[in-house]
Amino acid sequence: MASLEQHISVLSQAMNLRTQRHQVLASNIANADTPNYKARDFGFEVAMQNAIAGRNDAGGVGMARTSAGHIEGSGAGSSAALKYRSETQSAVDGNTVDMDVERAQITENALQYQILTQLISEKFKGMRSALAPTSG
Amino acid sequence: MSLFNVFQVSSSAMTAQSMRLNAVASNLANADSIVSSDGKPYRAKQVVFEATPMGSNGELSKGVRVRQVVEDASPARLVYDPKNPAADEKGYVAFPNVNVVDEMTNMISASRSYQTNVEVMNTAKTMMLRTLQIGQG
Repeated sequence: MASLEQHISVLSQAMNLRTQRHQVLASNIANADTPNYKARDFGFEVAMQNAIAGRNDAGGVGMARTSAGHIEGSGAGSSAALKYRSETQSAVDGNTVDMDVERAQITENALQYQILTQLISEKFKGMRSALAPTSG
Repeated sequence: MSLFNVFQVSSSAMTAQSMRLNAVASNLANADSIVSSDGKPYRAKQVVFEATPMGSNGELSKGVRVRQVVEDASPARLVYDPKNPAADEKGYVAFPNVNVVDEMTNMISASRSYQTNVEVMNTAKTMMLRTLQIGQG
């Protein structure tokens, strides 16, 4: 059942990145009143491509497997490269957190996360119905 | 489970905001205290926030902490009232440099920020509960 495992692994990688993004957005909202704090975020699409390809932006690349006996290294750090958000309205204290943007992004992120949990559930549901004894 | 870091970040922000609210309460309560514990008029206090790494993944999650509490350096408000026992030889009484309008806006801002952080915490909680429900039903 490689296909189910593969599907779940892609979805769980996506969930992992959504969790990381939630942390970043929560930090932005928490620091909405901190002087000189710069709002940060990462592009989900790029991070997901990196995660699937096994790269990580924080430090170089994942480990190559030159022999079948090698165990796959998960690679330290995260595949997400944090970037600073471009400023829409400047504040006197140097803070670049725009509350409207952050609120919208965090809601979107939470919804995307729920979609992923739903998708994983559906996968399991399909598997369960395939395993169920036929009636009659 | 790195979503737990969100709880730490939001709760640190809530603590910081409640300290700010505390300073506002103290300033408003002492808006007319012409003699403080050191014998001089009360000076308005402000908190200074600072971003600080938090949880197991410090690069991603930055919490808030109060770096210091500073005293407002603006001059005392002078009111002419020669009958007041605290008046100087010219008849002026030095009142605290508390700006009530500033403090009220500060209070509203602090309470709104607090609310937003509670909401972020609730979102994280919903996400975690959804994760626990994977594969059920």
